[in-house]
Amino acid sequence: MSNKHHLELTQVGIDFPTPKGPFTALQNVNLRIDKGEFISLIGHSGCGKSTVLNIVAGLYQATNGGVILDNQEVNEPGPERAVVFQNHSLLPWLSAYKNVELAVKQTPNGRSKKEMKEWVEHNLELVHMSHAADKLPAEISGGMKQRVGIARALAMEPKVLLMDEPFGALDALTRAHLQDSVMEIHAELGNTVIMITHDVDEAVLLSDRIVMMTNGPAATIGEILPIELARPRNRIELADNPEYNHYRHEVLKFLYEKQRKVESVDEHRKKLAKHNKASSKGASVA
Amino acid sequence: MFKQQAVPMIFSQVKQIRIPSINNILRAAALPLIGLVIFLGLWSVMAKNIDTSLGQFPGPIAVWEQATTLIDEHNAQMDKADVFYTRQEERNAARVAQDPTYEPKIRAFTGAPTFFEQIWTSLYTVLVGFVVASLIAIPIGIICGLSKNAYTAINPLIQLFKPVSPLAWLPLVTMVVSAVYVTSDPMFSKSFITSAVTVSLCCLWPTLINTAVGVSSIESDLINVSKVLRLNALSHVTKIVLPSSIPAIFTGLRLSLGIGWMVLIAAEMLAQNPGLGKFVWDEFQNGSSESLARIMVAVLTIGVIGFILDRLMLMLQKQVSWDKSAVLR
Repeated sequence: MSNKHHLELTQVGIDFPTPKGPFTALQNVNLRIDKGEFISLIGHSGCGKSTVLNIVAGLYQATNGGVILDNQEVNEPGPERAVVFQNHSLLPWLSAYKNVELAVKQTPNGRSKKEMKEWVEHNLELVHMSHAADKLPAEISGGMKQRVGIARALAMEPKVLLMDEPFGALDALTRAHLQDSVMEIHAELGNTVIMITHDVDEAVLLSDRIVMMTNGPAATIGEILPIELARPRNRIELADNPEYNHYRHEVLKFLYEKQRKVESVDEHRKKLAKHNKASSKGASVA
Repeated sequence: MFKQQAVPMIFSQVKQIRIPSINNILRAAALPLIGLVIFLGLWSVMAKNIDTSLGQFPGPIAVWEQATTLIDEHNAQMDKADVFYTRQEERNAARVAQDPTYEPKIRAFTGAPTFFEQIWTSLYTVLVGFVVASLIAIPIGIICGLSKNAYTAINPLIQLFKPVSPLAWLPLVTMVVSAVYVTSDPMFSKSFITSAVTVSLCCLWPTLINTAVGVSSIESDLINVSKVLRLNALSHVTKIVLPSSIPAIFTGLRLSLGIGWMVLIAAEMLAQNPGLGKFVWDEFQNGSSESLARIMVAVLTIGVIGFILDRLMLMLQKQVSWDKSAVLR
């Protein structure tokens, strides 16, 4: 069997059961990802980006199609597909060190106690968090928590690193710092990364390819935009780069023209009137 | 506009972190004291106006006198016991000296239990009942919280038995203990087991329900973390489930202990099992002019012990809880 691709999503679709029958959230998602690629998923809220990520993580089961990682079908969660959650999801009763240690202990690798300790410390060092190893999550800032979250995911030595809007809850400066850290780490370790984002600049700056999703229900991949900017990338230099701005423009065009979700005031009023009529008849429009 | 809003906000923050002034300390000490004085005043005025067949209702002073009497009685009883044991030893020593083959018999002192011995019995009983109930309730609560099916299966039973009064259980428990607990050399007395089991039956529910609720409301992200890490069932419970439901479990435990203490007094009164409840009942039956004051001492003691038990649980919760910033009260 030829190992063409590292990670393959083939005809992936998912239905969620509702009282009114199955709701198709996602359909016909096809994506081939090579080893070491950095992929961003971008799209409007509710378009199923997180659903794609959760299917790859194994937290959701696809109704149709499937995911293959290194010739093996994905059907349950596991440390080889580590997830960085949107709101860090560190265990609040464990210190930064212990949070990472728990992940290391759960990863099968036959390390001795000493090697385990070194590996935990190494990963905290990688995200520049060694100084706060003994702090509880409640004692460190949001950005620091997310750094520890990334360290925890990296410590599992995942084949694929899945990041669900990892910087969504952070302020712009902290976000920029973390983006730089992620670029550094990606350059050093060469992990395959799938990242969900709402931020056009973030997507262009970090990605090898940007996967743009259409609006749900029954969302799917709209366009895939390869970003052929040389690495290492520098946000300040890129600010005036015409190529960078072109990519940015492409993504914006997709989101705000082709997949427009922002309605004009007129359209909104019309829809509202229709909705009110419908709900007065007893039917509700989601 | 933004600046105008910002300034008072900073001031209010400064106010909050101000160190407690003498004024505040005085207030914290003085207000409860004022409350207490008003209560004692009302109590003594009302007591003077209530005449019962056992004489006037005891006011604070009469109750205080009885409290000291109870202490004296306890000390006197302890002295008597000491005398009894020394006399017994002397007598045995004398008989052994006369006849070396004689095996000395040691008899326990059989004086009536004093107020403080009754307190001790009650405390011991409630703690045993409470611990047994918790050891059953917490695991079942965890199972109910983890599995919706288990919850659906067990919930009707919980709802059925939760509102049952301990006094309804008592006759059944008494008969079952008498029938089942048959040994020639009992480690515990039957009355102790009856009381403890009755306490357990009533302590189960708040802990069980609160544990189940706490476990079922764990953040879904943390559960996802556990799945990604492929934690096995045991690690999932010890690393994720227990730490995150500790506040809920302790809420249940504190409710349970409070209920257990109330239930125990009632059970002791009804079943004539040793303990504070029996003390109250005996005094009531005794019907001397001091009885009401002595019962009042017991009432206040029950209250103080209930309060101390709750504070002890709170201290334990603070020890066990990972969130040291949480305000516990």
